[in-house]
Amino acid sequence: MALKKVSPTDEFMKGLWRDNPVFIQVLGMCPALAVSNTAINALAMGLATTFVLVMAGLSVSLLRKFIPREARIVSYICIIATFVTCVDYAIMAISIELHRALGAFIALIVVNCLILGRSEAFASKNNPGRAMLDGLGMGVGFTFALFFIGVVREILGSGTLFGVDMFPDGFQTWTVMVLPSGGFFAMAMWLLVVNWIRQRQQDAEKQAGERVREVTS
Amino acid sequence: MNDAGYWSIFLNAALINNFVLAYFLGICPFFGVSAKLETAVRMGGAASFVMLVASVCAFGINLILEAINAPYLRIISYILVIASTVQLVEMLLRKLSPATFRALGIFLPLITTNCAIFGLALFQTNKGYSFTQAIVYALGAGAGFALALVLMAGVREKLDLADVPELVKGTAAALIVAGVLSMGFMGFAGLGR
Amino acid sequence: MNAPAPVEQKRTSAWSMYRSIVGIGAFCALLIVTVYNATAERIADNKARFLSTAVAEVLPVARLTVEVDLAADGTLVAATEPADLPVFLGYGDADELVGAVITAQGMGYADNVRVLYSYSFERQAIVGFKVLESKETPGLGDKVEIEPHFLANFEALDARLNEDGTALANAIVTVKQGEKTESWQLDGITGATITSVAIGDILNKGSSDWLPVLERDARGFERPQLTQE
Repeated sequence: MALKKVSPTDEFMKGLWRDNPVFIQVLGMCPALAVSNTAINALAMGLATTFVLVMAGLSVSLLRKFIPREARIVSYICIIATFVTCVDYAIMAISIELHRALGAFIALIVVNCLILGRSEAFASKNNPGRAMLDGLGMGVGFTFALFFIGVVREILGSGTLFGVDMFPDGFQTWTVMVLPSGGFFAMAMWLLVVNWIRQRQQDAEKQAGERVREVTS
Repeated sequence: MNDAGYWSIFLNAALINNFVLAYFLGICPFFGVSAKLETAVRMGGAASFVMLVASVCAFGINLILEAINAPYLRIISYILVIASTVQLVEMLLRKLSPATFRALGIFLPLITTNCAIFGLALFQTNKGYSFTQAIVYALGAGAGFALALVLMAGVREKLDLADVPELVKGTAAALIVAGVLSMGFMGFAGLGR
Repeated sequence: MNAPAPVEQKRTSAWSMYRSIVGIGAFCALLIVTVYNATAERIADNKARFLSTAVAEVLPVARLTVEVDLAADGTLVAATEPADLPVFLGYGDADELVGAVITAQGMGYADNVRVLYSYSFERQAIVGFKVLESKETPGLGDKVEIEPHFLANFEALDARLNEDGTALANAIVTVKQGEKTESWQLDGITGATITSVAIGDILNKGSSDWLPVLERDARGFERPQLTQE
């Protein structure tokens, strides 16, 4: 079986669009919806998750020869929980206000299916360098997704972006967008956009394929 | 020490701050399982039971952690205990009720990474509930989770028969339904004050 | 072409399992404890700074605050460890008692609301108010934090005790916006009814719990030797 040679850049890039964790793989939605009511919160959550992804990927990859098959999941969970704890305390040290805003969702990074999934599917089978790139790519893609959802929710729901008023005083904010329902709606909206773009890409590829067949037939 | 009343805790967990529709916990199984009513009911039941057990365990662990003054071990100990609890429940079910075990299939291990269980343990600790309060909280959360699951499944089953645009089918439609359900649940606010 | 050699599934030995689990456990524990200790001081500083800023906001005349607690027999003593809902006595420039600061919490619309408020012994009223934590709806429930006419309630919210000093003479209660007639009532916010009613309940409960003890013991309270503030 010939293994396709994946370049390091591709390892990183795939998390951004092709295998975007939130919109394509539909993993790690819990924090995507919960913490994205302002752009800053979404960004902070995304960065925290990226950190755990990279460090967990690195650790799992370094230890992959030592972790017995039967104890895989338990070990991964242990490692992920450790880094999540570290991030939790790091954020508390940086800013109490930010920690209060993100609340229990920092701790909930540990059950983010994304990290466990990447550890199992990728980090345990690749060298540390690639594992880190994969983690970084997925993390950045995750952060982008969270950020876009957060931007929409904050602008429509509070009329601000990063706390800066975007609209003149008369603007009636769509408060629903910063409520849980808004999270669902904002994500649905972006999902539709992503689906639409992919549909067009697929149609374009199909048309290109047909043209090639016409030429060669 | 939290002195909220039992009814207030139950209603809060089940309706006002429903774990799925208000806290976004347990979304993965929520969207994965809610396509058919029957699986939704089973998943809801299994999750409720695990929630109850996890709640008790979390309470116990927290007592130990506070005694040895090691709050930093909370995350790691909670998640390990929850994972083992699920394993245990799996084994017990296999022995005691093979039919239920087969019916639940893949869902049981999925409960391990179910944010709702872990979230329950964390919230209960943060709110400083006593033992009975924690039990009531877990029962409420489980009931709310099952309720949200069943409602969602009911709607999605009907939606399958409707004429939905291609682009919206699947997750996007489920998200919109969830959003509307969430708005509906907002009407419970202020209940039990 | 040769047939591929049969792949042997090696069962990991118990020792190997044990070794790796313990190894991973040790690695994780080490990492957690290191980070915890490295950040502990910074976190304590942050928490203290957050609280002291808030206390200074609600009781600006206090130069010095002392955290107090209830002893087993119900009398006021200096707190030996930080409480979840701290209560402070405030002392002014001439070391005179200027007021008390109380933390209280209760269920709002969405979730728990935590407030800090100050009480003046001289005026027997609540004179300062600040919301510490809330998850209330932005634009609606969170108006209790910024709405001027609601905050005006706290210029002097009557919190007198009854004759034997065991409870509030009049329960603090929130009324509909514009219907405030008594000095112990809170003029609510239309559109944020549940949250403003909750604030009234929270203040009522906190005051009923603490004011009797404070009124009885605070003036004669023995201040512990000053440590660096």
